[in-house]
Amino acid sequence: MELLHGLVLVLVAVGGTAVVFTRDPLAQSMVVSFYGILLGILFFVFRAPDVALSQIVVGAVALPTMILLALAKANQE
Amino acid sequence: MTFLPFAIAAWLFAVGLYGIVTSRHLIHLVICLSVVQSSTYVLLLAIGYRTGAGAPIFAETPVGAPVVDPVVQALTLTDSVVAATVTALLLALAVQVHKKAGTFDPDELDILQG
Amino acid sequence: MSFTSRRNLFFAGVLGFAALFLWGLRGLPDFGRYEGVYGLTLNKVGVAQTHATNLVAAVAFDYRGFDTLGEEFILFAAVVGVAILLRAHRDEAATDDAKEKEDEGRSVPHTSDAVRVLGLGLIGPTVLLGLYVVVHGHLTPGGGFSGGVVLATAALLVYLAGEYVALRRVSPESLTELAESAGAGSYAVIGVFGLLAGQAFLTNVLPLGTTGHLNSSGTILLINLAVGVEVAGGFSFILAEFLEQTLLVRERV
Repeated sequence: MELLHGLVLVLVAVGGTAVVFTRDPLAQSMVVSFYGILLGILFFVFRAPDVALSQIVVGAVALPTMILLALAKANQE
Repeated sequence: MTFLPFAIAAWLFAVGLYGIVTSRHLIHLVICLSVVQSSTYVLLLAIGYRTGAGAPIFAETPVGAPVVDPVVQALTLTDSVVAATVTALLLALAVQVHKKAGTFDPDELDILQG
Repeated sequence: MSFTSRRNLFFAGVLGFAALFLWGLRGLPDFGRYEGVYGLTLNKVGVAQTHATNLVAAVAFDYRGFDTLGEEFILFAAVVGVAILLRAHRDEAATDDAKEKEDEGRSVPHTSDAVRVLGLGLIGPTVLLGLYVVVHGHLTPGGGFSGGVVLATAALLVYLAGEYVALRRVSPESLTELAESAGAGSYAVIGVFGLLAGQAFLTNVLPLGTTGHLNSSGTILLINLAVGVEVAGGFSFILAEFLEQTLLVRERV
């Protein structure tokens, strides 16, 4: 399984770089949601189903929701 | 090739830190902090991995079968959820800063008001 | 400090970090050949000692239960911090800005029917999935932390499918506060059971049951339930605090 591990690791590195270089927070919330799913796949390939479940629920659902809510709350003033 | 997971963890740490240092928007800064935190998860799970082993769930696999290390997974599991809550606290701080100073740019927040 | 000088200082720092990191990596075992003795021992004796088939949950809530207690109180403190920050905000807004806002002609955006129908249809399965993940934490992957966040997502679906007023009726503020505090406190109280039985704090002193059944593994099941209640209450509270501002706008439209 070395090839699969290497492929997913490179995808995670590219995803993390994309999250940092997206400067607009609104677009960045979508990129960070996708990055959360990529991390979940990486944890699954590393034989950690518990951690993958937590990462997908938190990183792909709860974190972008809180970012969007914070942006909406700040822009309503 | 056996070097790759640790190199990727270091790369994520450095890239996230670069995002924090050169950020122009407070919410972008908080998201880059979560990238830095994810680099520690990758490092922990890469350390605990054993080649050809299964997941440490013994519902189907017999007890003597080779599995990966469960201790690092327990550390990472609780840390994921708690880090999201701390990110919520940082976002609430950013919203308050915007209310008081009118801007999200860290470079313009150099006035201390007493 | 200007932008370019800050960035150049960062690059100098990260070069030093990379040098130290590469030097430190040469002492690590290769990827895939980890020889940690603690993990190997736990793999052999963990299931027999705790009667839980999910060894990660057994490590997190029994062998390393004290560390997880600390993490849970970090979560509690962060939720209290969000409450302090955003409640003061809300009280100021209710007195000054709300009366100005209603004159600006701001309209609340409509949600489409597809979002409302899908959200309404998914609330039941999401609650069921969250309860399943929390209760089966000692048998299959999951546990209190993941299941609690799934339950909080169900509360968010109520807001998406309806309005903020519906969310407030389903999860009123007092209920989420009570759930969160009760969950955090229950974890510490379950630890005291071990003290009452004459052993160390957080020892697994309840009857262990049969491996693989739902009612097994003693205090691990109770701690899972307590953590699930706390995380669900905490995240619902955070979501409702962030959404609170829209309540003032909607009531005047």
